[in-house]
Amino acid sequence: MMTGTEASVAPGEQLLNVEDVSLSFGGVKAIRGVSFNVKKGEIRAIIGPNGAGKTSMLNVINGFYHPQEGTITFKGKSRHDMRPHIAASQGIARTFQNVALFKGMSTLDNIMTGRTLKMKTSLFWHLWRWGPAETEELAHRDHVERVIDFLEIQSIRKTPVGRLPYGLQKRVELGRALAMEPDLLLLDEPMAGMNLEEKEDMSRFVLDVNSQFGTTIALIEHDMGVVMDLSDRVLVLDYGQKIADGTPDEVKNDQDVIDAYLGVAH
Amino acid sequence: MGGILYGVFVDPFIQMGSAPDLLLQVLWEGFVSGTLYALIALGFVLIFKASGVFNFAQGIMVVFGALSLVGLFAIGVPAFLALFLCLIIMGVLAFTVERAVLRPLVNQEPIILFMATIGLNYFLIGLGELVFGGEPKTMITSELGLPTGSWDFDVFGGLVIIQQLDVAAAVIACILVGGLAVFFNKTRIGRALRAVADDHQAALSVGISLNQIWVIVWFASGIVALATGIMWGAKSDVSFALSIVALKALPVLILGGFTSIPGAIVGGLIIGFSEKLAEFYWGPLVGGSIESWFPYFLALIFLWFRPQGLFGEKLIERV
Repeated sequence: MMTGTEASVAPGEQLLNVEDVSLSFGGVKAIRGVSFNVKKGEIRAIIGPNGAGKTSMLNVINGFYHPQEGTITFKGKSRHDMRPHIAASQGIARTFQNVALFKGMSTLDNIMTGRTLKMKTSLFWHLWRWGPAETEELAHRDHVERVIDFLEIQSIRKTPVGRLPYGLQKRVELGRALAMEPDLLLLDEPMAGMNLEEKEDMSRFVLDVNSQFGTTIALIEHDMGVVMDLSDRVLVLDYGQKIADGTPDEVKNDQDVIDAYLGVAH
Repeated sequence: MGGILYGVFVDPFIQMGSAPDLLLQVLWEGFVSGTLYALIALGFVLIFKASGVFNFAQGIMVVFGALSLVGLFAIGVPAFLALFLCLIIMGVLAFTVERAVLRPLVNQEPIILFMATIGLNYFLIGLGELVFGGEPKTMITSELGLPTGSWDFDVFGGLVIIQQLDVAAAVIACILVGGLAVFFNKTRIGRALRAVADDHQAALSVGISLNQIWVIVWFASGIVALATGIMWGAKSDVSFALSIVALKALPVLILGGFTSIPGAIVGGLIIGFSEKLAEFYWGPLVGGSIESWFPYFLALIFLWFRPQGLFGEKLIERV
């Protein structure tokens, strides 16, 4: 399902490299000179206390925020800053901390929007809803159905997402991102506000996406149990700075990390 | 007192019953106005959905479209070529507005964008007067192949006169309204439009281009404005006063809801029917001419009961 046609990056090599990125809003420094990379095929976690700059970092990667300093290299191409449509067309998909779905639309339509960039027929055909436009719509519909099957949300295909419980909304949002067939999937707190069972489901989907489709994943998560189980490598931010970077075990035993979480005076 | 109550609650209905041919005539005229109001309201709804902006300049776009058409014809361009060129002009306008007005103001408060459309409104008035002059002009009705005659029908022992131009206006308005409704509900572009209306950031994250959507909706509104300008211009004349007609969309939107395409259609018809009925049957009580303000009055009353409109999304906020 996930083809990743133009991905010249081999598994294990660097897919994304963030170098020396600094971001400030007026006088507030959200990120201070952070460098890290994401290797193709891995699950990379970004953790840290509230306000550490985790979501800001995701926003820099997919182009919502433009850092004052630093470079972002994705698939070998370096940029000073990303733009949302470039990020999307290059294969970066994301979900949001506070579910950002199209509330009035059905589950199916929400996931269909993930196919936007894959649809190529011109406006002319769309005016008549005929010919190539119809064929294309059906092909994409087929793909979306497979995403729906994968996430086990067949029963809510036609339901307006505004009516769904929170856990399912999160799942639909993941579906929309998956429909983009991304090379890099950014998940901002995919399990926030979920109960244990929902968390287990979501963890399973994250692992399956990674192993079945080879999708590289960078995720922000507060549940340490989940983070340590899922991820290959963990980046720890605190006050906008990188304080640790390594395997879950390394990070767990790092004194700076323990201090940051326990709130030791600096 | 009794006389007033009789005049308000009894007499109009007796008149309706005693002269059904007149009632039919009034209803027909209400229907024609209603379809045109629905068309204008649709122009507002599209832009409001995509960008959250109430486009104050919609009215002047109606005038501008009609003036361009008449102006091009006056300098010797054949009618249908002029119509085609006007479509291009509306496209250029949409593109320019996106580049010069919307893009620099992205992420600003809706009120700022609203102010910008007021600015656009006066800019277009000035530009229109500069290029075409301020005096009223006559729409090139027959040159465009629009019928000008009328049909007389004998019904209920009376006479109902139906202007062929009105029939054409209603048919064209229905086709445009239906076409736009289908386009924005069933196609990829429509899905993208609804996505943008719901959540800008999420739309950006899946690669939907806000700029492209804005150009498309402004162009669609431009086409609607041009069609309205032609029809309304043919019924009266082509002057800057036409932009007042476009503001009739305001009560339509209050009735139908600012974000609903079916709402614009139903709201337009309700306003069309009710203003004609009110003018004809209740107008004489207060000396006539209530057509111009009655829709606003109706909308105000309606606001008491359904502030979100007939089809608008109900806003429930947790405190």
